[in-house]
Amino acid sequence: MAQNLNMAIYHRRRLFNKALMALAWTAAVSGLAILGLILGTLLFRGVGGVSLDVFTQMTPPPGGEGGLLNAIYGSVAMTLLGTVLGTPVGVLAGTYMAEYGRNNWLTTIVRFINDILLSAPSIVIGLFVYEVVVKQMGHFSAWAGGAALALIVLPVVVRTTEDMLLLVPDGLREAASSLGSPRWLVISQVCYRAARAGMVTGVLLAVARVTGETAPLLFTALNNQFMSMDMNAPMANLPVVIFQFALSPYPEWQKLAWTGALLITLTVLALNIGARTLSSNKSQ
Amino acid sequence: MTDSNPSAVTAKKPYLSPRDFEAHKRPLTEKVSVRNVDFYYGDYRALKSVTMPIYDRKVTALIGPSGCGKSTLLRIFNRMYDLYPKQRAEGEIIFEDKNLLDPKQDLNLLRARIGMVFQKPTPFPMSIYDNIAFGIRLYEKILKSELDDRVESALKRAALWDEVKDKLGQSGLGLSGGQQQRLCIARSIAVRPEVLLLDEPTSALDPIATAKVEELIYQLKSDYTICIVTHNMQQAARVADYTAFMYLGELIEFGETHQVFTKPTQSKTEDYITGRFG
Repeated sequence: MAQNLNMAIYHRRRLFNKALMALAWTAAVSGLAILGLILGTLLFRGVGGVSLDVFTQMTPPPGGEGGLLNAIYGSVAMTLLGTVLGTPVGVLAGTYMAEYGRNNWLTTIVRFINDILLSAPSIVIGLFVYEVVVKQMGHFSAWAGGAALALIVLPVVVRTTEDMLLLVPDGLREAASSLGSPRWLVISQVCYRAARAGMVTGVLLAVARVTGETAPLLFTALNNQFMSMDMNAPMANLPVVIFQFALSPYPEWQKLAWTGALLITLTVLALNIGARTLSSNKSQ
Repeated sequence: MTDSNPSAVTAKKPYLSPRDFEAHKRPLTEKVSVRNVDFYYGDYRALKSVTMPIYDRKVTALIGPSGCGKSTLLRIFNRMYDLYPKQRAEGEIIFEDKNLLDPKQDLNLLRARIGMVFQKPTPFPMSIYDNIAFGIRLYEKILKSELDDRVESALKRAALWDEVKDKLGQSGLGLSGGQQQRLCIARSIAVRPEVLLLDEPTSALDPIATAKVEELIYQLKSDYTICIVTHNMQQAARVADYTAFMYLGELIEFGETHQVFTKPTQSKTEDYITGRFG
């Protein structure tokens, strides 16, 4: 062993390394364990209730048998509305920030506000839409619900669009411009293609986030005991039904709440896995 | 089909000698004239009143040490610097009797006529076919069969056709570095520009791919005016008819390539090409 190596320092460093490794392991394992516990409980309590009835029957009155069809329909409809409203605006805003107004004052301000919106509590967004839409219309409606969800989708899409477009090398923009291509074609034909996987991932993650939101819908779409396809009326949706049914004293309702929770969780899981697969395909 | 065997032409070309007797019979005309051009990155003056000609259907090489302004000069010809704020050029660059530095100049039309190939291969994230067709579709409305022909002939000219003819539908990103660069050259010549700017086109390539690109440049000279920036002096000597030596933003010497390399008039040029600095 070389004379000039101070073994005391080295051993202390190794010990320190081991201690930190142990802490990191504990943190990772406890995080995973809690997640496993949640998923396990959900599966255990919810899987028994999954049947054809869940997808074909309406939510039942207290004490009756039924399903979640109206809630599933409402959730899908409002998530779709939120995505359809939020995505184009988000993509256009992100495009402006990354392509046209890179680092100008407007972009700086929009990015700052967008970051605030990104972390805004969803109940605040619900209250905002309640004030702006529900109160003006005079009643709860699926339109308002979709608008609230759109406000949650928007900042996620703005952020991922900007980030993904900024990852596209300027060399590609120069190459397309050097052929005489106008700017909008450079962006729509070349930059969007190069950033597509990341942008779609962003939309999927936004949808995943919106799927489980309860607070914004509580103030906007409220709930509906019956099947309603009228976007201008209150509409049932999974999160609010779960909220209502889980707190009720009726065992049938509680069972349906567990099943609904399982459905939402699996949907979010599937969306996240889809987003992951897309972004890893892109990096290959 | 003389195109299919470019080496037959280049093989006859002795190193460092007056080349291509046929070409010399054509009267020399200036395709692009650079007159007192200054260029600024913000406050930094990167080019200092550069004046030089770019002759029609000749290859002009810009050489000089890193940071001497040769790429900067090249990027003025197609106004590429306009993509970035705080960069500006002063002076005149006459192309077809008009100053292309004129703010009223339509940049898209200018760039369709003055093409550029970059240091790093930049295939678009689309199929090989669409990579070539992209530029053609911008300004021409032609039948699918005609488009097919144009794509094929561009790829043939870039000596890439044989390697990709069976996989035109595959992504351009799947090609090797050398193939990608030839794809980019094919993409540039497919739109039939009059001037082709090459910014160190072989610096990311291996020697075999480099040789192919150099043969290609030699082939293209009959139809295009070419301006190439290179760090490789042997390359300049091999492919260029005229050579401009730049140093610290100034044009030190411009002349026929064999003269610049064998009898430079400026001592700085001699120092550089003999490897004393740079």
